[in-house]
Amino acid sequence: MLITRRVEFSASHVCASPGLSEEENRALYGAAANPHGHGHNYALEVTLNGDPDPVTGMVFDLRELKEILQREVAGPMDHRFLNREVPPFDRIVPTTENIAAEIWRRLQPNFRGKARLSNVRLYETEDLFVDYSEAVP
Amino acid sequence: MTRLTRGYQFCAAHRLHTPALSAEKNRELYGKCNNPWGHGHNYRVEISVTGAVGPDSGQLVSVNALDKLVQRAVLCDFDHSDLNRDIAAFGSGMVPTSENVAVEIWRRLAEAWPADFPELAGVRLGETKRNIFELTNEEQ
Repeated sequence: MLITRRVEFSASHVCASPGLSEEENRALYGAAANPHGHGHNYALEVTLNGDPDPVTGMVFDLRELKEILQREVAGPMDHRFLNREVPPFDRIVPTTENIAAEIWRRLQPNFRGKARLSNVRLYETEDLFVDYSEAVP
Repeated sequence: MTRLTRGYQFCAAHRLHTPALSAEKNRELYGKCNNPWGHGHNYRVEISVTGAVGPDSGQLVSVNALDKLVQRAVLCDFDHSDLNRDIAAFGSGMVPTSENVAVEIWRRLAEAWPADFPELAGVRLGETKRNIFELTNEEQ
């Protein structure tokens, strides 16, 4: 069974690769390369896969899930400039693809029990989102 | 696995009617969607791609390039059109149900898809917020 919890955070970023010139970054990322940054209301949907516990009837304690999302994602990223304040985005470009993968890396170690992390969906806007998942051993 | 989805909108008219059936049978099958002068929807279409994220760009695909492709291959023709009359695929007996509209969108995208783009993974068409039709690359 899959369960999904949603959390929102607001953050700013600049999409520009240090390996490219200003013109090349402009051509690749468009307005997202504007040097002083811009922001989004990001929405994150985290999906866990597991069987309901026979006693509690729950796949995972939703209150604990809320706390994990707050600690690993919303706490460090909400109202932050990702490039300057949230590693590794001082070194890698904070595209939606890279942020989704980083959120997976932060969350995955928290779900080593019966419920496993199944998918991370990150909305940059209502019209642009990325799904990220890895095979979990 | 990284999958990126981008949403678009187009507004179009259609009428559901198949020449293979009588007027009564059409009415029975399609209900008010068979009304003779047609009707319209604000369609929402979501295009998904999968593949590898570029190590330097951090991107699966240039969203700007994807927007231009979808605009050219689909939205230019579909937006503010009468699907039955203005889109050739629906002029020859293929009924513009959202199932068929999704298939036609897939066909057009596949035809225009650049060789250096990641894989087209899904087309999800919402006729209204309640009626949603989805095609995946496993079916294509």
